[in-house]
Amino acid sequence: MNGSDIAAIFQGAIVTITLSLVGILIGLPIGLGLALIRWANVPVAARIVTLYVSMLRATPLVTLLLLLFFALPNIGIPMNPISAAILGLVMSTSAFNCEVWRSALMNFPKDQYEAAQSVGMRAGQRFRRIVLPQIVRVSLPGLVNEMSLLIKVTPVLAVVGVVDITRAAVRIGAQTYEPLPPFLVAIALYVPIVYALVSLQRWIERRQTAAEALA
Amino acid sequence: MIRDFGIVWSERSLLLSGLANTAILSTVSAVVALLLGFMVTPALMSKQPVVSGIARVFVDGMRCVPFLLFAYIIYYGLPSLGLRLDNWTSGLAALTIYNAAYMAEILRGAWVVQPREPIEAGIAFGFSGLRLFRSIILPPLLLSAGPVIGNQMIQIIKDSAFLTIIALPELTHAASSIQSRHYIPFAAFITAVFLYWGLCLVIEAGVSSIGRVAEARR
Repeated sequence: MNGSDIAAIFQGAIVTITLSLVGILIGLPIGLGLALIRWANVPVAARIVTLYVSMLRATPLVTLLLLLFFALPNIGIPMNPISAAILGLVMSTSAFNCEVWRSALMNFPKDQYEAAQSVGMRAGQRFRRIVLPQIVRVSLPGLVNEMSLLIKVTPVLAVVGVVDITRAAVRIGAQTYEPLPPFLVAIALYVPIVYALVSLQRWIERRQTAAEALA
Repeated sequence: MIRDFGIVWSERSLLLSGLANTAILSTVSAVVALLLGFMVTPALMSKQPVVSGIARVFVDGMRCVPFLLFAYIIYYGLPSLGLRLDNWTSGLAALTIYNAAYMAEILRGAWVVQPREPIEAGIAFGFSGLRLFRSIILPPLLLSAGPVIGNQMIQIIKDSAFLTIIALPELTHAASSIQSRHYIPFAAFITAVFLYWGLCLVIEAGVSSIGRVAEARR
């Protein structure tokens, strides 16, 4: 393994991080939107969202990616590896985020909502000023947990031809007949990223329990 | 479209053997991972800093490494250390060891919130060692950890699909080979998705019936 091989793995790291960030940033608001549809009990739509979440939570990302990548072009939607990867990540992470947001919404104290109503806030204002700041805080550990899960499934994107950290490491191993060194480089890249997220989640949880203990 | 599903139906034996392999793979590794978890959990909570440190590094290490990378290390990496495993053995080993870490963490979480009193009462009644563990500690522990273990089992089923990449003939692999043989991607993969969904619904039903037992025992 030489310098250019390590550079190739770092190139993979850029792909892994970019795709994860795009997936997280698009998946968060979509998850919130889905949760709101269920929370507000919008007729028909709420049932469709329930089915969507139940199904997506049970579907392995590999299977979903293969379905999107091979079947969508058949109905006239062109797909390349990157768009299939982003679509797959967003679909699966939004289903998990929806559950996190929804449980925060369901535990939201109703009296606050009614108090906001009684001082004449409109629905949009109530949501933005009263509900959103609080459910963000409650959901944060769950959402961060989902982010670390998302990063851990990105190696599967290789199945549609995306060259991420893991794929780059496998390729180099196959060329040099020494698979362990590139795998160790890959581990050295994943561990700090995921460990930072896991620690962030624990830190948020500890701070929140400390705050609750004070209150 | 209907014709495509007809082709999938004609290949049902391939798909069903894939489904059976997914079920066997997930069940075996879930059970063994749970048993291994029971061995790692006491180590995690050990008062010996060396023992708990090693267990912590194992558990946190597994939680930070993507499953597919771990499976690759076992399948492609171990042969260069002189240990060559076929795809079944390495897939099963990867799935089991990886999830043992998660199971250990789940059991530890359930263990630390268990009340002390029943255990002390058990000791006062003369239970000790394995019998104390089996009849006093284990039942409430499993009942309270049940839903999280169920979630982890769903995770194991989904992780097992990754093993299609090392050519293990599980459900996604069966769907892939039907799709490449007949070029019917939508019908082949959506059938696989529904079968995965079915497996997960079975587990969720199992978990909620455990929940009912737990409720009745309180």
